[in-house]
Amino acid sequence: MPLLKPDPTFYPSPRLAMRGPPEKYAFVAALNPPGSRFNDALLVVDVDPDSRTYGRQVGEVKMPEFGDELHHFGWNACSSALCPYAPHPHVERRYLVVPGLRSSRIHIIDIKPNARKPKIVKVIEPEEVFARANYSRPHTIHCGPEGIYVSALGAPNGEGPGGIFMLDCETFEILGQWEMSRGPQFLHYDFWWHLGFDTLLSSEWGTPNMIENGLQPDLLLSSKYGHQMHVWDLRRRRHLQALDLGNEQQMVLEMRPAHDPTKAYGFVGVVVSLKDLSASVWLWHRNNGAWDLKKVIEIPAEPADPEKLPPMLKDFKAVPPLVTDINLSLDDKFLYVSCWGTGEFIQYDVSDPFSPKKTGSVRIGGIVNRTPHPKNPNQQLAGGPQMVEVSRDGKRIYFTNSLYAAWDEQFYPDGVGSWMVKLEADPQGGMSFDENFFVENSDYRIHQIRLEGGDSSSDSYCFP
Amino acid sequence: MSDLWPWLVVFALGLFHGLNPAMGWLFAVALGLQEQKRAAVLRALLPIALGHALSIGIIIGAVLVARISLPHSALKFSAAAILFAFGLYRLFRSRHPNWVGMRVGFGDLTLWSFIMASAHGAGLMLIPLFLKPVDAPLGTAAGAMGSHMHSMSGFGFGNVSSPSLLSGSVVVHTFGYLLATGAVAMLVYEKLGVGLLRHAWFNIDLFWMLSLMIAGLFILFL
Repeated sequence: MPLLKPDPTFYPSPRLAMRGPPEKYAFVAALNPPGSRFNDALLVVDVDPDSRTYGRQVGEVKMPEFGDELHHFGWNACSSALCPYAPHPHVERRYLVVPGLRSSRIHIIDIKPNARKPKIVKVIEPEEVFARANYSRPHTIHCGPEGIYVSALGAPNGEGPGGIFMLDCETFEILGQWEMSRGPQFLHYDFWWHLGFDTLLSSEWGTPNMIENGLQPDLLLSSKYGHQMHVWDLRRRRHLQALDLGNEQQMVLEMRPAHDPTKAYGFVGVVVSLKDLSASVWLWHRNNGAWDLKKVIEIPAEPADPEKLPPMLKDFKAVPPLVTDINLSLDDKFLYVSCWGTGEFIQYDVSDPFSPKKTGSVRIGGIVNRTPHPKNPNQQLAGGPQMVEVSRDGKRIYFTNSLYAAWDEQFYPDGVGSWMVKLEADPQGGMSFDENFFVENSDYRIHQIRLEGGDSSSDSYCFP
Repeated sequence: MSDLWPWLVVFALGLFHGLNPAMGWLFAVALGLQEQKRAAVLRALLPIALGHALSIGIIIGAVLVARISLPHSALKFSAAAILFAFGLYRLFRSRHPNWVGMRVGFGDLTLWSFIMASAHGAGLMLIPLFLKPVDAPLGTAAGAMGSHMHSMSGFGFGNVSSPSLLSGSVVVHTFGYLLATGAVAMLVYEKLGVGLLRHAWFNIDLFWMLSLMIAGLFILFL
């Protein structure tokens, strides 16, 4: 049923969204590690500090089938519904679109009647995804001008190309592939856009066959994983430009464009460089009508005792930072970078996007360090900072600790664990752990977090 | 004086169309904010008005042609049916026209505005004003019929020749539309800011579609 006034969680601009009320709930994708007999679930965590159940799981909805590997998910509608050229402001932000990365099954989950009791209202079976989109392994979800955009890692047979397909934001019907002309693009991972510039950008990981049996060292050492970005005409759905980061840059993952639609730049994280195991963050920006890339952050590997390293890394005598997720605050001021290998979580002031300044750092977990959380100073933690989400106002940061089921064991062979933490960010720079917030879960491995009403990677805006 | 009020209604409907955020002013504001220039807001107004004028002009033109070529009762019933059906359809199938693109030139904006006005049935809303039969010379059967109808219904434009009625009504309507679009766009751009969308963007689609349906029913009683 259409609303009479715009959904109160829609904001014309990121500036206005920052004034929105603090979130009370976090929705967290929970998957079962290999060997488990349970179905995956979507968890609800209470993040309201005034609540009796603060920092605890207060809800859960189990998926109907086994083996989904829930990973990333998103909303049916968001602030882009206020965009002036095709406004539909009276739809509700109400459903979470939750795909299974391994099963290719997509769940539509209603969180409106009671956020603590989410309900599955529709399931799109894998066969339908294959038949109507000719893609598989659905991943990142973005609500945008033409409906719901879904990232897919590959073709139904596990090869490429990967790409994007569309869902109707009200009926959740699969509308087909997004691309009209894909040019040289083959590998795919993340995508997002600059609505003010009619430009979509995408990044590269690997085809399903390259990742589902673990990270393959031979493919990695021969630079077969993704090392490019692609620029697309959002309006005409055509490939415009490929941007190569260089063969040695392996796995170009999460993309965070500036939220302000008048700014034509953004950041993308690279997992590892074959040259020295360093990780990096690159800035894409518009330069005389074309798009250009520049490495703006490099995080070196840390020397380590081979005894403490998993078999794959022993010969290198170093632990790679492995930048696997990044997130940008809504004012485009602070960039947060997860180093899943070393267990460091870093805050950069990116007011000048060309020269980020490190303004904060905390450590937790890590392949070698196993740094504890302040709440349990004696409990060594496996896993490291990974999927990160920033509240709309930029004051609270949440992250979880696992990467991807088939890869977790390669880097944390004795078990990756499952935890979620929260940081308080100082608007002037700097951050610290909320010592009372440490969510642990022994049944599931937890992954992406979405915050009630929207967060720093869920919405896009047409007004500055 | 009684000849003036249909023109006032055409003008007022122009104002009403102009106030709808989906119909142009919001796009003009967004373009101004994107370029951070007031000139960009103003530059957008002309093509937006042109697209709207084309959309309603085609509908009025079609009705005026139908008015001289169809029997009056057939015209009445088909106009009523079209309005009612369109309103009903849009009420239950609230699909919005697809358009992606903020980088738009004069042609794009004209086309966009044409599509938006047509998809909302802006021209249809004007139809009831143009259904009055044309006055024919006295003494003929059609003339007798026409003046009979004339005396029965005082609604809408009477004895204005079709070409000048078409151009006159499009100009007057578009003037009202442009006035509202321009005034709201400048007010929001300069003073109010787009934050007001959150509270003031009522779902006028519902009202709009209901009024089309009511207009359809109303025609039957003309």
